[in-house]
Amino acid sequence: MSHRTVLSADDVRRALTRIAHEIVERNHGLEGVVLVGLQRGGVWVAEALGEVLHGIDPEHPVAIGSLDVSFHRDDVGLRPIVPGSVTDIPVSLDGTTVVLTDDVLFTGRTVRAALEALNEYGRPRAVQLAVIVDRGHRELPIRPDYVGKNLPTSRDENVAATADGVTIA
Amino acid sequence: MKHLLSIEDLGADDIHRLLELTDHMVEVSSRPIPKVPALRGKNVVSLFFEDSTRTRTSFDTAAKRLSADTMNFAVSSSSVNKGESLRDTIETISAMGVDAFVVRHKSSGAPQMITRWTNASIVNAGDGWHQHPTQALLDSYTIRTGLNRRDGFDGLHIAIVGDIKHSRVARSDVQAFTKLGAHVTLVAPPTLLPPSLDGWPVDVSHDLDQLVGDIDVLYLLRVQRERMDDALLPSLEEYSALYGLTPARAARLAPHALVMHPGPMNRGVEMVVDPSELPGSVILQQVTNGVAVRMAVLFTLLGSGSAASIGDSQ
Repeated sequence: MSHRTVLSADDVRRALTRIAHEIVERNHGLEGVVLVGLQRGGVWVAEALGEVLHGIDPEHPVAIGSLDVSFHRDDVGLRPIVPGSVTDIPVSLDGTTVVLTDDVLFTGRTVRAALEALNEYGRPRAVQLAVIVDRGHRELPIRPDYVGKNLPTSRDENVAATADGVTIA
Repeated sequence: MKHLLSIEDLGADDIHRLLELTDHMVEVSSRPIPKVPALRGKNVVSLFFEDSTRTRTSFDTAAKRLSADTMNFAVSSSSVNKGESLRDTIETISAMGVDAFVVRHKSSGAPQMITRWTNASIVNAGDGWHQHPTQALLDSYTIRTGLNRRDGFDGLHIAIVGDIKHSRVARSDVQAFTKLGAHVTLVAPPTLLPPSLDGWPVDVSHDLDQLVGDIDVLYLLRVQRERMDDALLPSLEEYSALYGLTPARAARLAPHALVMHPGPMNRGVEMVVDPSELPGSVILQQVTNGVAVRMAVLFTLLGSGSAASIGDSQ
């Protein structure tokens, strides 16, 4: 199967910069904003966004966490579930604006599980979703707030999104 | 993995995988709301044919944190004695729809036997003198975190002291600790050692003072008072003087050494010092870790799907 590069490393970097500015604009600053990366693919996105946000507004450091949703998935018991790293939510989420980050948005089931998992850490004022690639094929009523690139795909294709670029195989 | 009956059935990889999953369960337990929906709709039944408070409560808490339904069957040991009636009990309860039985029984091998009469998963919560696998897993997890040994126990020296002969905890612990790479020394009077130690990958000593300064973990077993009636011990005082953790021995422990006990403790017998004043005591962590380890076991048995899973890797 052939690999097709859709976004270069530079494209990904520019997308992250744009998303970071959109986050600041939408939330009128960074007060109370927390980035939570979904394990495993969304963790680097949260870290990269955190770095850009720090450059935009060094006055308001943004807390960065990671969330493993294995125990909240709707396919527990249907397939082997191998958790990623242990969840790390460094601050109470009560009253915060959580920006969930992931590399690729596909069926939306991981995001649904994440929304449920977040409840256990407090009650955020709002939850937003940032993804590098939205590849379509949603199975739940979920849409991203910030998107690097909308990418029409077929179901059986594989999309990989890292800081080095986005490829389809 | 369908059942957890004995540490013997697990490879080192299986144990590592369960302990890694336990890290996640510790995190779940530390959340403001320590409950996840992973085992929603699963029915976990505790069948304790022998007294226990902490193990039963621990399994119950573990199942509830994973959102499983739990049922407790109070079985007096007199109502179920031999094969046929035990079988009836299992078949009857199974007919109500059970996904896992957590079984404690005074007869070695009872949990294994039960696997033939039901499609549910069986977790051995202690059978006779034979095995107590979740205790060994929680002990291993406690050492792994207490001494920061995520990759294994190579080079660790662990002394297990006390009534080895009648201890399912000792049997399971020896297997788990040595599979993870530790060097284990059993310390006990000859009357409290099994008649044969063939196939046990351990050293034996009758002199705790000789090694107390060189060990990384001191694991004290409970002295069962009924052993006195069996004339296996001359007196509790003598046992205490020779094998108890006295202030003098506590002072000789290495600064990093852990002190462990499966509970319930006999203060003044095997535990002469106050464990709350021992910097190396991790006895309460053992209890806390017990819940997380049992969550990992239940999740592995009931939540992992039918594809390749742990226990199949050997």
